[in-house]
Amino acid sequence: MINENLIPKIGVITDIRKDTPDVKTFRVVGTDGKKLFEHLPGQCAMVSVPGVGECMFSITSSPTNEEFMEFSIKKCGCVTEVIHSLEVGQQITVRGPYGRNFPVEEDFKGKDMLFIAGGIGLAPLRSVINYIRHYRKNYGKVVVVYGARSKDDLVDIEEIRTEWEKEPDFEVYLTIDRPQEGWNGHVGFVPAYVKELGLDPNMTAVLCGPPIMIKFTLAGLLELGFDKSRVYTTLELRMKCGIGKCGRCNVGDKFVCKDGPVFRMDELDELPDEY
Amino acid sequence: MLKISKEKLNGLYSKISASMPLYMPLKKAGEANYGLWADGEESALGVLKTVKSPKDLFFPQSETMMKFKTEGKSIEILDVREEQKPFVLFGVKACDFKAFDVLDRVFLAEPVDTYYQSRRSAGIIVTLACSRPEESCFCKVFGIDAAEPAGDVTTWLDEKYLYWRANTEKGNALTESVKELFENGGEKEVSAQQKKTREIIEKLPFSHLDLSRFKPENLNELFDASEWESLSEACLGCGACTFVCPTCQCFDIRDFKTNEGVIRYRCWDSCMYSDFTQMAAANSRTTQLQRYRQRFMHKLVYYPSQHEGLYSCVGCGRCVNKCPQHLNIIKVVKTLGGKAHD
Repeated sequence: MINENLIPKIGVITDIRKDTPDVKTFRVVGTDGKKLFEHLPGQCAMVSVPGVGECMFSITSSPTNEEFMEFSIKKCGCVTEVIHSLEVGQQITVRGPYGRNFPVEEDFKGKDMLFIAGGIGLAPLRSVINYIRHYRKNYGKVVVVYGARSKDDLVDIEEIRTEWEKEPDFEVYLTIDRPQEGWNGHVGFVPAYVKELGLDPNMTAVLCGPPIMIKFTLAGLLELGFDKSRVYTTLELRMKCGIGKCGRCNVGDKFVCKDGPVFRMDELDELPDEY
Repeated sequence: MLKISKEKLNGLYSKISASMPLYMPLKKAGEANYGLWADGEESALGVLKTVKSPKDLFFPQSETMMKFKTEGKSIEILDVREEQKPFVLFGVKACDFKAFDVLDRVFLAEPVDTYYQSRRSAGIIVTLACSRPEESCFCKVFGIDAAEPAGDVTTWLDEKYLYWRANTEKGNALTESVKELFENGGEKEVSAQQKKTREIIEKLPFSHLDLSRFKPENLNELFDASEWESLSEACLGCGACTFVCPTCQCFDIRDFKTNEGVIRYRCWDSCMYSDFTQMAAANSRTTQLQRYRQRFMHKLVYYPSQHEGLYSCVGCGRCVNKCPQHLNIIKVVKTLGGKAHD
């Protein structure tokens, strides 16, 4: 049978969690109640509300979750606005998985891992962090530095507090941009916090967040002695097909949908600055 | 080799179209474009360049991909495609035929685009050699021989006859079905015509453009070239070049609400448009310089880097004729292509 790559599957929303004022996490299964398809950490899927449009989102749940998939979606455009208005039981369409995953088996295994995220940038990292938690013995120390505008903008804070912070050999550093009542933690931007923490440059780092955060955090990491060949990030550009044919998500001769979204910083150095 | 006198061509068209749809250059509203032949249509077989390329036949300007029926919270997906039946695409020039190779490498690469694939495999392509190439033609730069196009069948046209040679199994089968209209002969006339055509091509002004600098290893150097500013300055972003281009393959996928549910369709899109890369919160190409550069870098550097050095331009010259601002790939090649232009 021909694999119809552009025809989606039908997914059912079984749970909606409001993470922040503008981020909701949607739990999705197939019409048979089972997971729609298998994926690897960092891969994406095209989610659509027919009649509104189709958009690419990272799959935020870990592949080790055998029951369902989750998408953490920030309300910021026409499609996401409609997705935010959906209720439990609503059907949507999903196709994927797309893109190159984080090299969890190839390059991350046995390494001390540093994850740095800003705002909704935690969504793609959650998949790989929970994958590592599942196969904990295979990985070294894990450090997570996560920042958001305010304490109310930290995505997945409940899972971070109740699960991640309790893991052995697993450090979580949270920060918010400005002081806020009811927040006793660190205050300040992620790049400055990363430098302050004096992190071990032998760790393998994964960054995800707004471009400005990535830029300054990377500079800070390089100052600390990190090597670009062990710093990973994910890119996001406009996509329509997800399979390297519609022609719009390229950076130089690489398609973000196919050759990315995961890139190493030394790979990005080879590409023109157009992302 | 077979030949058929020009007076009998309508009989040939009618014979082919009795068994399957025949698409060929037709004259309509004063313009030559590929269309479905029917009795009474005016053939434009002798026209050198149709306004649009024949890529529509495999990659339509707009096509319905699927339909959705929604009821309450439920969605039903309907695959509304009809089975593709064999059809003949007649009169394809060497440049446009080579463009199918360029498109194939995108659409037929894994994961395969089945919409394109089903049409592509149903098509039987009869090419037609050029006999009067003109100034805007530069297929020779890309190693294309306009006097000897490939295809399932190759044909040549002169004042008296159409000469016919089958090249593939599909071509043989088509030939069998129309053979009774043909007589043998034509080798001498064809090689005489080919010699003449190649002599003309040799003398064309753009036949010897230097592409030597367009190599993957020069990607960043070319991307950063200061010349893009002056090259792109006059570009209106109209996208005409992308629509007439036989190798431009960028598309959009959109939903359209109707009374009978939602139609998801895809249509040609253009990297020249400002919303092509627009996201909710950002846009990776906000200036016309970036969009202009994208189009030519894609054709001359990015695509070759992805496809063993093959350029995504076939030198058909349509963009040379159609750009309202007289901008085109020739100017880009002459400015950035190599030492020969210094």
